[in-house]
Amino acid sequence: MDYGLTDLQKEIIDVARQIAQKKMKPVREHYDQTEEFPWPIVEEFRKADLFGVYLPEEFGGMGGGCFELALAFEELSRVCGGMSLPLGTSSLGSIPILLFGSPEQRERFLPELASGKKLGAFNITEPEAGSDATATKATAVREGDDYVLNGIKNFCSSGKEADLYVVFASTSPARGARGISAFVVEKGTPGFGFGKKEQKMGIRANPTYELVFKDCRVPAANLLYKEGYGLFVAQGTFDLSRPGIGAQALGIAQGALDETLAYARMRKQFGAPIASFQAIGHMLADCATLIEAGRALLYSTARAMDMEMKPAVQLALKERIPVHDAMRKLKTRRWTKESAMVKVFCSDAAMKVTTDCVQMCGGIGYMRDFPVEKFMRDAKITQIYEGANQIQRNEISSMMIKEAASKGQ
Amino acid sequence: MMSLQLFVCVKQTPSSTSVAVDSTGRIQTDLPMALNPLDEYAVEETLRLKERVAGSKSAALSLGAPSAEEALRATLALGIDSAVLLCDDAFKGGDSFATAYLLSMALRKLGAGGPGCFVLTGKQTNDGESGQVGPQIAAWLGWPSVTSVRKITEVSDASITVERAVEDGIETLTLAAPAVLSVTKEINEPRLPSLKGKMAAKRAAVAKWGASDLGADASLIGLSSPCAVAKLSPVPSRAGGEAVPGSTPEEKAKNLAEKLKELKLL
Repeated sequence: MDYGLTDLQKEIIDVARQIAQKKMKPVREHYDQTEEFPWPIVEEFRKADLFGVYLPEEFGGMGGGCFELALAFEELSRVCGGMSLPLGTSSLGSIPILLFGSPEQRERFLPELASGKKLGAFNITEPEAGSDATATKATAVREGDDYVLNGIKNFCSSGKEADLYVVFASTSPARGARGISAFVVEKGTPGFGFGKKEQKMGIRANPTYELVFKDCRVPAANLLYKEGYGLFVAQGTFDLSRPGIGAQALGIAQGALDETLAYARMRKQFGAPIASFQAIGHMLADCATLIEAGRALLYSTARAMDMEMKPAVQLALKERIPVHDAMRKLKTRRWTKESAMVKVFCSDAAMKVTTDCVQMCGGIGYMRDFPVEKFMRDAKITQIYEGANQIQRNEISSMMIKEAASKGQ
Repeated sequence: MMSLQLFVCVKQTPSSTSVAVDSTGRIQTDLPMALNPLDEYAVEETLRLKERVAGSKSAALSLGAPSAEEALRATLALGIDSAVLLCDDAFKGGDSFATAYLLSMALRKLGAGGPGCFVLTGKQTNDGESGQVGPQIAAWLGWPSVTSVRKITEVSDASITVERAVEDGIETLTLAAPAVLSVTKEINEPRLPSLKGKMAAKRAAVAKWGASDLGADASLIGLSSPCAVAKLSPVPSRAGGEAVPGSTPEEKAKNLAEKLKELKLL
């Protein structure tokens, strides 16, 4: 379908497709099996300028937004949702700096994230604080010009390999949810180490690590926005990043369907290709319809968000204020509800599509020789991370209730 | 060392591997087109030579339909500095002799020649597959040429030393500059384009030259060129093969050997 893409958007798809087809596809099985980090592929993303597609040109990016990021992430995930992930995790580390960073922090961190010289990561989860981030136990105590961080964060995607980590710790435990703050921590900072590496069902080409902080001194200059605004930083980031997960999910779904359609046209049973049977035909049709519906929701939401966000980013650059403050000045609306809808719809679609694809391919679909089972394993995480889909539904309904109440209904 | 003056000749060809030929021998015309795959290696090697010797310049040339501008833009996106498209109705129907003649005229017009000048081409195209255009360009210019280059070992203003794969081994040859080289796909792994490269290539100017710009002799080009395609027929589709049974590789190999003996092929 023609979504009226700009030249840049079309080129992003083309560049990502070439990397996916020529570089990622031949090594997909290798990285899934070995759980190694795909550095040669990350190098391709870097050389192709993909890490900066959503960042302003002022920082060396391509001047796009969430839509551009989504297009790249979708196309790469169509071949492998695990190898594509460094693009997503790096954006999850960059977006909070773009939105809540001071002009100095933006200039210090964003150029190297835009070029891919450094990889970003983001970690809010703790063993006791998953969906309930207010239960954060890691602490950050101000001492002179530093904060001293202690505690354990877990399930950090691109862990150990990324260079810059946006992490959350409580600067004032007594204040609970309003005592949590966000910091940028650089790899190599004394007292910052990596604990357990998780063994996962899917996205195995991306390492998931525990982050361990032991009297780790982080300069106060690395505090994002203000003390106590951590959950605000997280929510503002998720508003813009969740469509990316929708894009990853759609890419995974499309990749599974591409393989399944080709197989169903070739595989003969009862003397005819299985694609000619109505039972298979209807499943193929439902899969394609779900994907296209998800894509329409993703693209229209991402485009609308970017149209509203870009003036705020421009104002922030011009007046040298945080983007978040510029958004308040311009009364830029929040996208919590819509971005949650994109994430829920696309990830649920991906799980259904990939499960049905395995079913359509039958026995061979279940085997590791054939890539469809991998798409199914990779799809599952998209319903879980960056806020489980149940939490997304809570957010959608709570925004609906708030909106109705504000209209006096 | 002086900087190099590099040229790469490319062609836009059908990117599909299944090209339909109708009963009259005409090729299906609405095919997706792209840079000839073997030319990607020539472009990459040109870029590597350019990066190897500071201050070097590179230009891409193509003879083709107006749409061949896209193939030239693809080379600009990868880092080639400038591009010229040779495009004229008078060029239609030309063979490799005419193509090489026109490319040699364009190279003369671009001032090619002298120390440090090298022209690269792919080994052959995936449509015509003659593999003759590179050596014929050299013949028109009176330069040395070498085909099937799999490695460039040394380069200077005066000469270029290359390895060439031949049936019973490897030849190492040194050619005096200027020279024409056609390269094989063993020579490198072509890079992929960057977004910044592609966006800049969209805005870049591609020069377009016709017969009069080149001062080409009309009796040597287009339908006047010596070769014409008499007939083109599609490759007959293969009948289905036979799967050799066996549960282990060893068993399959044993069954295959028996089958080949049965057919008196072993």
